[in-house]
Amino acid sequence: MIDVFTIVLIAVATLAGVLCVVLGLVGRKPADLTILSLVAVEVLLLAQVVISIVAPFTGDHPTGNLGEYWVYLVTACLIPPAAIAWALADRSRWSTVVLGVGALAIAVMVYRLNQIWNVQLA
Amino acid sequence: MSTRRPSAPLRGPARILVAVYAVLAIAATGRSGFQIVDRFAEAPVAFSLSAVAAVVYILATLALAFRWDAVAWVTIGFELLGVLVIGALSIAAPDVLGLGDVDVLDRAFGREGTVWALFGAGYLCVPLALPIIGLVYLARGRRSRVA
Repeated sequence: MIDVFTIVLIAVATLAGVLCVVLGLVGRKPADLTILSLVAVEVLLLAQVVISIVAPFTGDHPTGNLGEYWVYLVTACLIPPAAIAWALADRSRWSTVVLGVGALAIAVMVYRLNQIWNVQLA
Repeated sequence: MSTRRPSAPLRGPARILVAVYAVLAIAATGRSGFQIVDRFAEAPVAFSLSAVAAVVYILATLALAFRWDAVAWVTIGFELLGVLVIGALSIAAPDVLGLGDVDVLDRAFGREGTVWALFGAGYLCVPLALPIIGLVYLARGRRSRVA
């Protein structure tokens, strides 16, 4: 994992999460800003997938279990599309909040991913 | 039993509850599933309890989404009981869970980490707050129907 990129991912996911929760609570339905914020999170997650595939070839091996890392990462990649699908199907303020919940969940999951890669022992 | 019109869509806040439960269910299932497949022998009691918790979370999510009131009460109540009991054991009597030789923080955050250890600390205590919110939501729903 690339430390700087991990920090950026967590920051973007947290920002998107807070943004969507706040906008949802004040009554905004899902719109370009909120939906695209989740798209941005997904794009960064997919970049993280690429980084994770390349990393072992550059000598960066996880201290934790690689299988566990991938189960987490793949699960995380499924969440933004699910949240976006929810928001598109149900265009209400609450689905904007759901977008935020999804993004915040990603932030926490990426933090866990970093733990598995850099802290936890296999 | 339930007199809410089944055709009416779930109210807004209820959808958030379902969404958060869904994420927790996915996270708990993935983690406990992997732990069991990969290293069950390291903490069999803790991992088994974690798997039970994951299944109950899935049931709770479905029960809230499809308004199976009785199932929702039972599953959410079970979870609250679980997080309180296992949370307390993980701090006061970790040997019961087979976590006696695991560092305190590792019981929630480490490779033996499970969803209810340290009162759900490994998941920002969402496993503790969520069933409380869930029970309040169910209780309010029942009260408004009786009135």
